Amino acid sequence: MHTKTIRRPATSSSEGVPAPRRAATSVKAPWWRSRQAKGLGYAAPTAILVAVLFIWPLFLVGRMSLSDWPLLTGYRGYNTPENYDDVVSSELFWPAVRFTLLYTVIATVLLIGLALVLAMLVQESRRGVGFFRTVFFLPSALGLASAALLFYGFYSPTVGPVSGLLQELGLSDKPVSFLGTPTAALMSTVFLIVWKFAGFYMLILLVGLQRIPGEVYEAARMDGASRFQVFRSITLPLLRPSLALCLLLCVTGSLLAFDQFFILTKGGPDNATVTVVQLIYREAFQRMNLGTAGALSVIVLLVLLVLNFVQFRGLRDADK
Amino acid sequence: MTTNARTLGRIPFHVVAGGLAVVFLFPLLWSLWASVSPQPGTGQTSGYGLGNYRTLLDYDAGLVRYFVNSTIVSVLTVAVTLLVSLLGGYAFARFTFPGKNVLFLLTLAILMVPYATLLIPLYVLLGELGLQNSLVGLSLVLAMYQLPFATFMMRISFESVPKELEESAMVDGCGTAGALVRVMLPAVKPGLITVGLFAFLAAWNDFIAPLILISDSQSAPLPLAIANLRQQSMGAVDYGATEAGVVVLAVPCLALFLLLQRHYIRGFMAGALKG
Repeated sequence: MHTKTIRRPATSSSEGVPAPRRAATSVKAPWWRSRQAKGLGYAAPTAILVAVLFIWPLFLVGRMSLSDWPLLTGYRGYNTPENYDDVVSSELFWPAVRFTLLYTVIATVLLIGLALVLAMLVQESRRGVGFFRTVFFLPSALGLASAALLFYGFYSPTVGPVSGLLQELGLSDKPVSFLGTPTAALMSTVFLIVWKFAGFYMLILLVGLQRIPGEVYEAARMDGASRFQVFRSITLPLLRPSLALCLLLCVTGSLLAFDQFFILTKGGPDNATVTVVQLIYREAFQRMNLGTAGALSVIVLLVLLVLNFVQFRGLRDADK
Repeated sequence: MTTNARTLGRIPFHVVAGGLAVVFLFPLLWSLWASVSPQPGTGQTSGYGLGNYRTLLDYDAGLVRYFVNSTIVSVLTVAVTLLVSLLGGYAFARFTFPGKNVLFLLTLAILMVPYATLLIPLYVLLGELGLQNSLVGLSLVLAMYQLPFATFMMRISFESVPKELEESAMVDGCGTAGALVRVMLPAVKPGLITVGLFAFLAAWNDFIAPLILISDSQSAPLPLAIANLRQQSMGAVDYGATEAGVVVLAVPCLALFLLLQRHYIRGFMAGALKG
């Protein structure tokens, strides 16, 4: 009660400030009242978040990769370059790299291929198109972990609908194990990813398709071009920036695959589906070695930076 | 004749699109069905009913707890993302200050750094800050990952508001904060809705960040709790409860998407145009 009565006049006097303050700026404003300082003030929360949760961890991961750093006991001094040696000579490293690359190529080709088909299918506005756009996009609204948990049941030989269906159709004489062999596990995961993300990439390509002016198509039709010719020499080249964006997102996302394999296969069968990011997780939380986890993280980061740089160059050239 | 040809031409479209639609819808409908249908070894052994949801309700810390955890994380992430990107977007769009371009580039650079690469040091860092195993720490990390998109989106939102609007407010005696709250806020509302929607979905659905940053099963958000449920039961997996969990996770996302479709598309357009 008491404090309130004291504060009241203080606030009311500061409410009356604007007029004198403006007069003061024309004479000599203190720096912290300048427009520059205000801008800095509005940007401060961003700066703090970026500095503390982005820049600092970046330094930390670099330091980690150069140090002997067990998860439980903490930092124990530099051991350069032991962690990097350990990572590269680890039994799982090259198989994980190979598997991640294989997965990336297969997932990217199928995903962008199907997304292109979907986008072409729903690009014209005709009856029912809105419904189909929504249906194709619906799985994208789900989280990746939710989708993976959904398919964990979907692929199950006991409760899943597909295994029973294949048996009834006479295509298989015993329950089908979709995650039982390395190839089946890979392709089942790719199917999940295509189902989950095709609608998302469809939307990006749809935006690209709709930016192609109709006159271009009309001119081609007047010249008597076939549908395939129109697709190959008009649609594809003009869609290149959108396709390049999809490619960038898809390649980056696939190289960093984690949730889907962690939930669906746990890296199995027989470590056949361990991706590089899973390896980081295992180093840190199963082998409890933050040093090697850090070294692996730095390797992944550098590879991705180089890749993104190359792809950005490609994107810019595609625009020219 | 022409009508006939047009109807005929339409058939392949509807066959192909319809077939694909079945493939896209089937898993979603199946999980809904599996969550209420009888299966041996689940909470629903005979007849249709909500037995699996009852299993989920009582599992470990309880569905309610996990739902609350997820809600806290999502609401905090959305709040932090909206506040930071609103102020940041305003600063980047309307002010010049030393380090402006560097800060904007650094914010966008978050996109270039893989999630997993940062999460291990973040795990150590949050420990040092006393935020290990906390929903607040998790929300801050999730908000940081939203910043590139959110800041970019708010910056272009502010840039598309005519400067005169703000200037007239200033003439009327508003300070920059007054202009922001009274005049600019309504003008950038669509941008804020898009940013908030994306932040909510990202926080609600994220799996790897809580997996690494949350070690106590009491504090787990839903996706982590449901994934744990599946791993905990030795040998026999409770598929019924798992699919019930998928439904609980999916319903808010699908509802939000159907409600705010326009804003979704706007977000993707911003992403696509950026490329």
